[in-house]
Amino acid sequence: MIARIGLRANNSNCLRAFVQPAAAATRLGNTLKSPSKLIHTQKLNESENLALLNHQRNLRPSSPHFTIYQPQLTWVASIANRVTGVGLSAGIYAFAIGYVTLPLAGAGFDSQSLIEITQSAPVWLKALVKVPIAAAFSFHSLNGIRHLLWDTGRFLTLKGAYQTGYAVLGLTAVSTIGLMLL
Amino acid sequence: MSRSSVAVKQAARSFSSSTRRSLATPVGGAKPALMKKFQIYRWNPDEPAEKPRMQTYDVDLNSCGPMVLDALLKIKNEADPTLTFRRSCREGICGSCAMNIEGQNTLACLCRIDRNENKPSKIYPLPHMYIVKDLVPDMTQFYKQYKSIEPYLQSDNVPDGVEHRQSPEERKKLDGMYECILCACCSTSCPSYWWNQDEYLGPAVLMQAYRWIADSRDDKAAQRKEKLENTFSLYRCHTIFNCTRTCPKGLNPAMAIADMKKEMATA
Repeated sequence: MIARIGLRANNSNCLRAFVQPAAAATRLGNTLKSPSKLIHTQKLNESENLALLNHQRNLRPSSPHFTIYQPQLTWVASIANRVTGVGLSAGIYAFAIGYVTLPLAGAGFDSQSLIEITQSAPVWLKALVKVPIAAAFSFHSLNGIRHLLWDTGRFLTLKGAYQTGYAVLGLTAVSTIGLMLL
Repeated sequence: MSRSSVAVKQAARSFSSSTRRSLATPVGGAKPALMKKFQIYRWNPDEPAEKPRMQTYDVDLNSCGPMVLDALLKIKNEADPTLTFRRSCREGICGSCAMNIEGQNTLACLCRIDRNENKPSKIYPLPHMYIVKDLVPDMTQFYKQYKSIEPYLQSDNVPDGVEHRQSPEERKKLDGMYECILCACCSTSCPSYWWNQDEYLGPAVLMQAYRWIADSRDDKAAQRKEKLENTFSLYRCHTIFNCTRTCPKGLNPAMAIADMKKEMATA
């Protein structure tokens, strides 16, 4: 039998009776025979019960997730892999579309003009453009190798995940500096 | 008292079945209070319009057990009986008290309290779950997913008509998988599970799926794999490793899932 138990007694003294039985006994005198009198139950059939449950489910909040989860190399590296992948793809699409469409609009976007722009740009500007591209490319490529190693059954322990993770970070730094010096 | 009677008493004590007489009694004064703040996620279904909030409680660690569950029980017993959480075995085998403590999913009964009293301890329910009340998440979907993988032995023919025999090597394949207590720490630590909980099975359930696929006695491995051959059920796993990182039992769901993917790709 499905029943809804409501402890919201009409008389707040009754509720207090549970909390302080000794004091309540004197207050309520002999009217309090058994606690079951204080518990109001409401019989619900199957569908009413489901409706009540679904009503409650509608109101439930979702608990916080990435905002409260401790930053760990595991998932931070994963999200970085996703972000760099999306960024590099967006970059290459933008470049390819620009290469085709910009000359039609009258702007120079051929190799000749790109070389000229690069040569005239100050060092700080070149670094500002090159560092993110080099770092994203290095990290995404190296982390891709890490995933391939996993997919062949290697380094599938927590220790392995961290060793390869730090290796990828170290090699990304080396590779970024190397690409910067080109 | 003579020396021999002391020896007799000591011998008698060592045979005593009651521990009461030999229990340690505190010597000297009580330790000074070591007050630590616990910030706990609260939400009351009776007032659904109110947003979830963090409530701070002060607990004297020197009159409290060593684990986070001890602190929660102390708060519930002494400060606020309305604080709601699940607990049962208090020794890490039932999986009831799974929650997010200091940013990591773990069992409150296996998690020691950080005794640095200057740093408040933050306690949230398992991440990205619907909340029934305070630290109690709705596990319905998780259990439905577990049911969907048919977590029981399916075999039509018993070789000798009596029992399924298994070699020590075959049995060994199940080590590290059968110990799972289904506390859902790993599944609710998985970003893929956060975003695709409706269709992705999550690490805990997938490891159990593989536990039955890897069982030499089970005849339905092919059908079990067939059910996972879609974009979501299994392949939303991106080998993030949050599951293995957080497992309070020290198991490795990430490896089980990777092994299963490999088996399905090659077999």
